[in-house]
Amino acid sequence: MTELDHIRNFSIVAHIDHGKSTLADRLIQETKTVADRDMKAQLLDSMDIERERGITIKANTVRIDYVAQNGEKYVLNLIDTPGHVDFAYEVSRSMRAVEGSLLVVDSTQGVEAQTLANVYQAIDADHEIVPILNKIDLPASECDRVAEQIEDVIGIDASNAIRVSAKAGIGIVDTLEAIVHRLPAPKGDRNAPLKAMLVDSWYDSYLGVVVMIRVMDGVIRKGDRIKMMQTGAVYGVDTLAVLKPQMVAIAELGPGEIGVFTASIKQVRDTKVGDTITHEKKGCEKPLPGFKPSIPVVFCGLFPVDANDFDDLRDAIEKLALNDASFTYEMETSAALGFGFRCGFLGLLHLEVIRDRLEREYDIDLITTAPSVVYHLYMKDGELRELHNPADMPDLTYVSHIEEPRIKATILVPDEYLGDVLKLCQDRRGIQLDLTYAGSRAMVVYDLPLNEVVFDFYDRLKSVTKGYASFDYQLTGYREDNLVKMSILVNDEPVDALSMMVHRERAEMRGRAMVEKLKDLIPRHMFKIPIQAAIGGKVIARETLSALRKDVTAKCYGGDATRKRKLLDKQKAGKKKMRQFGKVEIPQEAFISALKMDG
Amino acid sequence: MPSASLLPVALPEDWENGGFALYIHWPFCQAKCPYCDFNSHVTANIDQARWQRAYLAEIDRVAGLTPGRVLRSVFFGGGTPSLMHPDLVAAIIERIRRSWPTSNSFEVTLEANPTSVEAGRFAGYRDAGVNRISMGIQALNDHDLKALGRLHSAAEALKAFETARSLFDRVSFDLIYARQDQSLSAWREELTRALSLAVDHLSLYQLTIEDGTAFGARAAAGKLRGLPDEDLAADLYEATQELCENAGFPAYEVSNHAKTGAQSLHNRVYWEYGDYAGIGPGAHGRLTLGGIRYATDTPHLPGAWLERAETQGSGELSSEALTSEDQFSEFLLMGLRLREGVVLARLDSLKPVEFEMNYNGLIESGHLEIEAGRLRTSALGRPVLNAVLREILGA
Repeated sequence: MTELDHIRNFSIVAHIDHGKSTLADRLIQETKTVADRDMKAQLLDSMDIERERGITIKANTVRIDYVAQNGEKYVLNLIDTPGHVDFAYEVSRSMRAVEGSLLVVDSTQGVEAQTLANVYQAIDADHEIVPILNKIDLPASECDRVAEQIEDVIGIDASNAIRVSAKAGIGIVDTLEAIVHRLPAPKGDRNAPLKAMLVDSWYDSYLGVVVMIRVMDGVIRKGDRIKMMQTGAVYGVDTLAVLKPQMVAIAELGPGEIGVFTASIKQVRDTKVGDTITHEKKGCEKPLPGFKPSIPVVFCGLFPVDANDFDDLRDAIEKLALNDASFTYEMETSAALGFGFRCGFLGLLHLEVIRDRLEREYDIDLITTAPSVVYHLYMKDGELRELHNPADMPDLTYVSHIEEPRIKATILVPDEYLGDVLKLCQDRRGIQLDLTYAGSRAMVVYDLPLNEVVFDFYDRLKSVTKGYASFDYQLTGYREDNLVKMSILVNDEPVDALSMMVHRERAEMRGRAMVEKLKDLIPRHMFKIPIQAAIGGKVIARETLSALRKDVTAKCYGGDATRKRKLLDKQKAGKKKMRQFGKVEIPQEAFISALKMDG
Repeated sequence: MPSASLLPVALPEDWENGGFALYIHWPFCQAKCPYCDFNSHVTANIDQARWQRAYLAEIDRVAGLTPGRVLRSVFFGGGTPSLMHPDLVAAIIERIRRSWPTSNSFEVTLEANPTSVEAGRFAGYRDAGVNRISMGIQALNDHDLKALGRLHSAAEALKAFETARSLFDRVSFDLIYARQDQSLSAWREELTRALSLAVDHLSLYQLTIEDGTAFGARAAAGKLRGLPDEDLAADLYEATQELCENAGFPAYEVSNHAKTGAQSLHNRVYWEYGDYAGIGPGAHGRLTLGGIRYATDTPHLPGAWLERAETQGSGELSSEALTSEDQFSEFLLMGLRLREGVVLARLDSLKPVEFEMNYNGLIESGHLEIEAGRLRTSALGRPVLNAVLREILGA
């Protein structure tokens, strides 16, 4: 057990690529927490996808023992928070578990939109914030300008910012000293009943569910009977440990300390981030404030390309869900795509991460349907319904009005691209809330419908700004708008997988783009096929695919019979990859391409 | 392949509806054409005597399996059979005539390239017993002939054609259309000229880009430009039907046109799903023996076939007993190529018991027609025969 005044708990706030993980690695290395020979670059980002994308998805943590220049020995707990807004709630919980933050800004780039969102979370959590200017070894480094920008944009004092090159190992000791001397020690009462916050949890194939906690009051020991206050579940603590970053057993954890325990918990789903943990008997009376369950905001269908992979997909999704309580799924049947799952995600990045993991770790080829948001349907009988899938849209005569989720989007962009960004936001039904300049960069804040953003907004933004814009958003609430379900009919049969919710004024454009694309993607049949986009019974866009006119083998003699027969047999087998709509067969690739809208 | 059994067979076998033919494959060419996916090889030195021994041995072997069958036709295909020495052709035909009784209208066709050198052998082929020549003229202008990789000029081809028609009553020639940058009007003009030259038979093939050919590789690399899209290809096909019909050369098969009584009897054996023995490297066959219809295959490489024929007592590589499903598919895919289609009663007898055939939709949509007990494609259905077959066979 460590005395409170010798503990410092902190997180690192940074934009992607600004050097958060490298700095964390240096702190671990400098304090010999991990032997040099065991250092892997970016130690804390353990998942392949995290390492590849340079982002942190699950919060990781490490306990560092540091002998400061004053000769005292300190315990520094670093919680490496997720760097993306999709995981804003996880970030906010992580922030509540620590007392201070290092704000890492790339001194060659300056403040980015994601930095802002996370630093505001830190400010909300009453953190002491130590600004760090990273990458000072690069010629393009502009420490003074960036320090000024931190003061202008974020509004915190950056005069004593630490100048660091994590890559070159410059300023690491200064950083450690600043953690000890500038960040506050945690508070807590060792004699009070146990009160600990559940910060994170994950599934380990050897240990089962591992729960990370921050002790606020009281002491937790191995063998204790503990209770999760939100779920009411009771467990016995099997092992108690700290992360260095591998698990090292410890006898007890007292106030201000951060560690992990296992307790024969079967699934991560049984642990709720933000929950309060206390003893079964003589527990604390009130839980920690601010708990809320995570709610998926973006939905899409995931279907196996090969219908035979459905069981594998189910197994993989179940396994992933064990380790990610924020991801929801239910079985879905689509006439177009067969059996699959309707899955809910915290945001677009979360969706991509899960899809990548399914494809990569479980080796399943997937079809992802167009992402959709959760609409609120106000029914005429007064009922409020949530719509997760456009295919489930009820008849409009029963619907009074529809509300859609809105976001506040913050975009930082070099001013030469500002015009394009404003146009993009206007085109996506955005309402400008703010426009300010910090040096040659503009910061625009827009109120946007989330459904316009889940639909390739980020790709368009990257493309119109040549990758120079940074973007972040937070959900702000629901608002009524003129929303309609657009159906796609192929040969007069509706194709459920292609239906989507759109704003009435944007429907013609989207419908036209879709039918034109489908005309090129669906092979000709022996009859002509109308392809229509419709709202209710009204057709808003139409194309006609001509009938097949020529498909015959020119030469077919004695030596060709076998080959031709085998080709037909092969086509018979390949028919599984076609989806039948009335008389029309649509190849699976057509769905995949059609759903990959690019404009 | 098992030897012919002596079962007391009384009922006629299905192949008898199509007859019995013999295919001889000569695998060599002077050069490989960029569109051709046939089994052809370019070699400088060919030991014709050695090949002769192998061919004769194979004829003896097949004759031993099919005693007493009436032979309808022989076809020398390739490769370029007009590179064969006339003596070799004579020896083969002589052995064939000794091995089987032949029909009254016995047809012996030899494929020929229209070059002057080859035309010099035409008389020899006639004397050897060839009674029909099929010439690969392919195009009537030099630019396109060059693009198709042909070694002859248009003028040379026409001269060779004149030689052939002076020696043979029956001369067919091939043209390839839907070529790169070929317009509808240019093809109409070229075909009109071809029809004015034609004797009694024309094979008109749409250029098909096959994998494993030089054109296939060029197409895969995106370097084969100017090929017609589906609509132009369909227009070209329709123009072909119209011009040939008006000139008295109606299509009797997807790509084959003939004056009355001048259809290729040999090729009809394939389309009517008769039996045919294939001799030579890469030659396929269909042979019904002991009530079982076999698909036979031979080694594709000339040397491998030769060695097998010499040392194994058979040039055959494999013979696969065809299931009823296989036979049904093959009967349909071959038979529906013919203008008159297939006999419904025979279709019924070949249909696997559990197979549910449903072509009513295709009759309603006008792609198929039934007349006089036959099922056939209409003018609408024939150009999309592949789709018609997929529909009927559930592929």
